[in-house]
Amino acid sequence: MTLEPILKIENLQVEYRSREVGQQTRHAVRGLNLSVFPGEVFGFLGPNGAGKTTTMNVLLGFVPPTSGNAFLFGVNVREPIARQRIGYLPEMTYYYKFLTAEEILHFYAKIFGLSRKVANERIDSILKLVELDHARTRPIKTYSKGMQQRVGLAQALINNPDLLILDEPTSGLDPIGRMKVREIIQRLKNDGKTVFFSSHELGEVETVCDRVGILGAGQLKAEGKVAELVQSYQCSTLEQVFLKILDFKLAA
Amino acid sequence: MSAFTAKTIIDFRKDIAPIGSGLSGHANALSSAFKNISAIGGVVIKELLRRKDFYVLFVLTALITVAMGSVNFFNEAKIVRYVKELCLLLIWISSLVISVTTAARQIPFERENRTLFPLLAKPVTRAQVVLGKFWGCWLATGLTLAVFYIFFLILGATRDGQWPIGPTFQALTLHWAMLGVVIAMTVLGSLIFAAPSSNNTITFVAVVGILLLGRHLNKVALQLDEPLQTLVYALYYIIPHLELYDVRDLLVHSWGAIPWLIWLAALAYAIVYAGLFLLGACAMFKRKSVN
Repeated sequence: MTLEPILKIENLQVEYRSREVGQQTRHAVRGLNLSVFPGEVFGFLGPNGAGKTTTMNVLLGFVPPTSGNAFLFGVNVREPIARQRIGYLPEMTYYYKFLTAEEILHFYAKIFGLSRKVANERIDSILKLVELDHARTRPIKTYSKGMQQRVGLAQALINNPDLLILDEPTSGLDPIGRMKVREIIQRLKNDGKTVFFSSHELGEVETVCDRVGILGAGQLKAEGKVAELVQSYQCSTLEQVFLKILDFKLAA
Repeated sequence: MSAFTAKTIIDFRKDIAPIGSGLSGHANALSSAFKNISAIGGVVIKELLRRKDFYVLFVLTALITVAMGSVNFFNEAKIVRYVKELCLLLIWISSLVISVTTAARQIPFERENRTLFPLLAKPVTRAQVVLGKFWGCWLATGLTLAVFYIFFLILGATRDGQWPIGPTFQALTLHWAMLGVVIAMTVLGSLIFAAPSSNNTITFVAVVGILLLGRHLNKVALQLDEPLQTLVYALYYIIPHLELYDVRDLLVHSWGAIPWLIWLAALAYAIVYAGLFLLGACAMFKRKSVN
């Protein structure tokens, strides 16, 4: 029996019209095809401006594709129900700063239709998982950056998602914060969750990812298991593969 | 749709939304939409309650109302009519400021602070976000108005010994309905104008213009040449006549309540206009890219 992909992107094309007169249309993503299967941790890599965030924005329904389609659990991402079983962590912490961690989790739990009892149980366990139990009744504006990032992870987990979409989850965190986020991703992987995440930390990607996709100028340049890519490009690390694929010449 | 997909959607409802599982698909979707709208509205109310400027305006209005109501100007008992008029004018201005400034910043601030991203990444439609914002602002304004009018009723009763509950209820509900139209108009404006400040100004000018000139536009049109006459007439029929909801005189002059059928018709008129503005806002927001 073939396994159905949890996340599927078919010939995705995203174009932005330039606001300046005489400027050409900008192609953010060109003909992207990608599949992520249940239980995988997939690393979505690429330099700044490669189209990673745009692709994620399409998956989350923020931006409509110019052409092509994207599916989550076989449902077109244009349908809000496609987002019922996903958790999303944005790159920066974007939460209502006047709410406490507990209040924000109750708000999102209500949106997912969780009953009060289930929500309370889940909030307790998630706040323990992200180590924010002690600060649950404090407004988010009083949190440090690392704590805010962990609120982000907590809200992404509130619906016990099967697929997590994480946009540079360790960006701007100190080494301890990064390690904690990595630990949580590892724990989710062990629980059989599918994780789709973008990152610039190639060492971290190498540690936690089953497969990676490398995007350059809106196109998928390479895709596969880390070990296979390293072998086929005759490199010793993922970083070298990344630089080779993107034709980056190191200064002599 | 593949078998996998159909099963997944059924599983969504079993696992995530067990509430209302006895309901049909449409009823379930409707119940989930109402829950989302009420949750988003709840955040608006919490935000308002935790803002200092709201309290300052609220407490100031309440204090001025109490002070004006308790002072016996010029030792003249009949002056109570003028005091009431001033108190009501103050309530009108204050509630208008609260509703417009609150509604104007909702969606632009969500975009600016990027809190819209984690919200839209949930199974929430953009229409639900618009309706949730409207609901939160309208409910908060309604609660504020209720407190103001109860204050006014008690103060009025202490001055002239009357308890005009019927007219006060009508004035309160009509005022609230009018603010519903204003809030819906402001939410639509917040999707058209980039900055909340320009939306605030334009909405204030439009609302005050309608309140002061709305009822005279047809008479103005008669004095104009074509095609201006048709244009002003069209404007007269298109704009929401907010001045119809200004029934302060009922309370100032201690007149009786207006016929309840007319009151109902006025509420229906407000619902239609608020609905049209919200429909426009939903359509605009649906087309917008958020990135």
